[in-house]
Amino acid sequence: MSSPKLDPVPSHALPSQVVKADEPILVAQAKAGDVSAFETLVNRYERKIFRLTQNITQNREDAEDAMQEAFLKAYEHLGEFEGNSRFYTWLVRIAVNQALMKLRRRRPNVVSLDDEIDTGEDIIPREVEDWGPSPIERYEQTELSEILSKVISELDPAFRIVFQLRDIEQLSTEETAEALRLSVPAVKSRLLRGRLKLRQKLNQYFRQGAKL
Amino acid sequence: MKCKDVVKELADYLDEALDPTLRMSIEEHLGNCKDCRVVVDTTKQTIDIFCNSEPAPLSEPTRERLHQALIKRLRRRP
Ligand SMILES: [Zn+2]
Repeated sequence: MSSPKLDPVPSHALPSQVVKADEPILVAQAKAGDVSAFETLVNRYERKIFRLTQNITQNREDAEDAMQEAFLKAYEHLGEFEGNSRFYTWLVRIAVNQALMKLRRRRPNVVSLDDEIDTGEDIIPREVEDWGPSPIERYEQTELSEILSKVISELDPAFRIVFQLRDIEQLSTEETAEALRLSVPAVKSRLLRGRLKLRQKLNQYFRQGAKL
Repeated sequence: MKCKDVVKELADYLDEALDPTLRMSIEEHLGNCKDCRVVVDTTKQTIDIFCNSEPAPLSEPTRERLHQALIKRLRRRP
């Protein structure tokens, strides 16, 4: 089974570049009742969807449940998928809903994505250090994955989830706004803060001399 | 243009979503301000690192449970 993770994804790829060309065919086949076509789609996206639900819920069990529910829901509602968006975007939206429900159930007071956030001066970066050439090559693949999930887990949900959808899943600003029921300006301000906070957190690992 | 103005526009700048005039004044500032150059560059790297990171494979039990749940459901037609 081929896997999308092996495709070289150019940095800052446009969403359309991430999608394999056979996706619409597989979706059509799955809609017509071809179970193995749907399984191919599941195999293709299970890792990404699990990372998504994991990063939103920050809880393994919830993440697994949300992922399962997302795929089952997608299968059940396949007939309603009209093909005017990408299947993956549609799937992400379902998974985000399932994951947010879990997160809100577990932490009802903490999570409000649409809280006003102040856009004061504290976003101005303080530590400004160059990272030097290819900072990630200083880490093993597994070490790097651990660093990335650690720093993203430390972000407030409002920033974490917007960053996840926009920069990791490569949804557009408008798609992210729609999936989270936020306004476009709200997505933009959360994205800016999320990016800056992550930059700040990665700084301790990637600044020059951070690792021998 | 001041450093804080650059930071405010940073997300749109990196997404190439700024109008040309604003982009030019940012680039002019970047030409003269090393701190902002580093912030722009390391923020861009932050995005690229996450965007290019590969999701880990599911653990065997997690994958098994997912596929069992699907098999159970897929036996019935949608
Ligand atoms: Zn500056």
